Amino acid sequence: MVSTRRRDVALAMLAVVWLAATLSSQEQGAPGGGFVAYPQRAPGDPAAIERGKGLYGANCVFCHGADAKGGDGGGPNLLRSSVVLDDQKGERIGPIVREGRGTMPKFQLTDAQVADIAEFLHSFPVSSRSGPSTLNIVVGDAKKGEAYVAAKCASCHMTTALKTFAAKIADSKVLQQMWLMPGNTGGRGGGAAPIQAPPISAIVTLPSGEVVKGLLSRVDDFSVSLTTADGTHRTFRTAGTRIKVDIQDPLKPHKDLLPVYTDADIHNVTAYLVSLRSQS
Amino acid sequence: MKWLIAVIVVATTLTLSAQNVGKELLHKPLADSWPSYSGDYSGKRYSALTQINQANIKTLSLAWTRRLVAGPPPSGPRPPSEPPVITGGEGDVVFGGATSVKGAVLAVDGVLYVTAPDNVWALDANDGHLLWRYFWKTKGGTHIGNRGAGMWGSYLFVVTPDNYLISLDAKTGRERWHKELASFQQQYFHTMAPIVIENHVLVGSSNDLDMPGFLQSFDPESGALQWKWFATPQKAGDAGLATWKNLDAAIHGGGHPWVPGSYDPETRLYIMGTGNPTPAYTSAPRGEGMENLFTCALVAVNVDTGKMAWYYQTSPHDTHDWDSAQTPVLVDGDFNGRPRKMVITAARNGYFFVVDRVTGEHLITSKFSASANWAKPELNAKGQPVRIPEKDFHIAGALVSAANQGAANWPPPSYSPQTGLFYVPTTETYAMYYLTEPDPRGALGLGGKDERAVGTTGSFLTAIDYKTGKIAWKRQYRTTANTGLTAGLLTTAGRLLFAGDVGGNFVAYDPANGTPLWHTQLGANTTNAPETYMVDGKQYVLVAAGDAVYAFALY
Repeated sequence: MVSTRRRDVALAMLAVVWLAATLSSQEQGAPGGGFVAYPQRAPGDPAAIERGKGLYGANCVFCHGADAKGGDGGGPNLLRSSVVLDDQKGERIGPIVREGRGTMPKFQLTDAQVADIAEFLHSFPVSSRSGPSTLNIVVGDAKKGEAYVAAKCASCHMTTALKTFAAKIADSKVLQQMWLMPGNTGGRGGGAAPIQAPPISAIVTLPSGEVVKGLLSRVDDFSVSLTTADGTHRTFRTAGTRIKVDIQDPLKPHKDLLPVYTDADIHNVTAYLVSLRSQS
Repeated sequence: MKWLIAVIVVATTLTLSAQNVGKELLHKPLADSWPSYSGDYSGKRYSALTQINQANIKTLSLAWTRRLVAGPPPSGPRPPSEPPVITGGEGDVVFGGATSVKGAVLAVDGVLYVTAPDNVWALDANDGHLLWRYFWKTKGGTHIGNRGAGMWGSYLFVVTPDNYLISLDAKTGRERWHKELASFQQQYFHTMAPIVIENHVLVGSSNDLDMPGFLQSFDPESGALQWKWFATPQKAGDAGLATWKNLDAAIHGGGHPWVPGSYDPETRLYIMGTGNPTPAYTSAPRGEGMENLFTCALVAVNVDTGKMAWYYQTSPHDTHDWDSAQTPVLVDGDFNGRPRKMVITAARNGYFFVVDRVTGEHLITSKFSASANWAKPELNAKGQPVRIPEKDFHIAGALVSAANQGAANWPPPSYSPQTGLFYVPTTETYAMYYLTEPDPRGALGLGGKDERAVGTTGSFLTAIDYKTGKIAWKRQYRTTANTGLTAGLLTTAGRLLFAGDVGGNFVAYDPANGTPLWHTQLGANTTNAPETYMVDGKQYVLVAAGDAVYAFALY
């Protein structure tokens, strides 16, 4: 059963990497957020884990479940049990196993047997996050999606272009993200965007009437920076002046639709775009 | 005897005057010093200082800036000019993240106390030069931020991500003692600025793994535990148990009060916001539709007994990790034609609340986030927003506003009695929430979902009239960056409202209407709330952006 052990270690390592890549709940998306993973336990003795698994299967599974997350008998999730988390070698689990607690009966098990059960329970990685999912997200009605696209999207997007777009993105969740907001895979776990957001341009009108157009570099309440067609970088201080700034964001129609969509609209459009893949 | 008593009184007064935070200072309206997280107990972040005001704000200049270097003390010989680094802690985990000041800076008797996870700096308030640094060797844990130090007498109090309360001597940075706050194995962490109320040092917990939230009170001299208030029921018979599926669900129900609260000396009530219930997203194991008390609520706890006096839940059965831990603001004022003592909060869920802080009676709920789409249009009979379960998540994704960061968050709001307006940084964001754990037993903590941000439709400086709950004015920051929340706010009697915008500017606004009056480009967004203090007759405005602290003054 060495292979099982290796898989457990690999899972634990994956969990650590996953943890390191995520932020705390306190301020998702905030810059400079720091995270140091809670260390998973050092790998236990494989033989003890196997013995513990057997004992757990015979004594505990019905109430606490094969994965220790709770079972048919109504026992609590042991992965988040403070007793199990604080336990090292069965010293905290043992008294409860032998004395019972609440509706839990007593079990006649030796210290060595309890230690093996503890070793088995401690072999589960414990994380407040979960990894990526493989659930199919394409549940919508492609026909309804086609009608929605014809009504809301066709003024900007040709069907042939949508086919090319859909064919480019194999992952349906990424496809859904990319048509909702091109260029934004959603950060954490989203990966690199296969479709870049189109550039935003700016038209600056000076008090003299001169108009300067270019691709927007940055803008705030006090200044605007752009790059003109010949590659020149220009910055205008706008605060306290009569300079007019017109920002032209090609994604504005996408942003304007966010308060309008129903979730069914979104699922239907995705199903339609997925169906275009086979036609391309 | 009389003269002897007089001598003792004088001597006591003298010892309290240097680097000391006593009852008088903590109860005073906010002015020269900044002795606690919000400056004073009210949470208003309104300073009485007027040297810097609307008439002269145009000439506000940089007085000094200081870059802070965190981490273990550098090896090799220390230059004689370099002040010492005092180290504590037993861990050996390296935190490689950027240094970021995300909390209050205390300003007491010409010294500033600045914190980041595992680090405390003492700076000269005149020019920012380093007096000492304390470094804690960590075991690890969530290094998301540190919200500042607490102070009592000449003692500093600060918490660590690996769950210690440390007390330092403010003069030297030397450690007095440290106490373990919670189990590291249970994945607790601590970020809160301790709040000192007389002989109580209050500390709230943080945890993302289904562990119960609590507020603990410690003796400032010895560090001995005085009481511990749990945010959720922990045993049969505890109040609120009927709002959970079962006792095990309640015990693992979260509700961490991780942001400092406010304090009303008249009622001796410490009023705080509690965090989200857990598991945060896969909520069925908490009891479908059950309220899950006392998570996501305003809670008033008697500071002497640790017993809850009243509560008002601002997000029943939250399903998006939108805690209501934000610092509540205490306001005395007119309400419906009669004077009221109120507590005000703008919650992460996008709703604004006014509650009577003596009785807990609900007065106002209004929606300040136009985009928030998770609740029904009508409030319930208690004035609470009513969740739409279809907007929890969906295997194929549910488009929800706000994204996880919420419409508001920990960045401190401010209230100016000059305008009667409550100011709060807000944002409108959308995310797709995918269910990834269909097992009815749910996932642990924040698991079971995949949240993918879709976009920001606006970040704002929002002013709300507490008498009506209506938005008095709302200024959208001009940006194309997909940024979220801005850091906190400060108002002053100089008719000024200070804020950092989303483009790296630090700005003074007219609190009456949001017109910018002065700004400077810091090159990075501010990361804490601005503060102000007076030393040697000069008023300074202080703000942090990442690892740098900036002080501004008039010359």
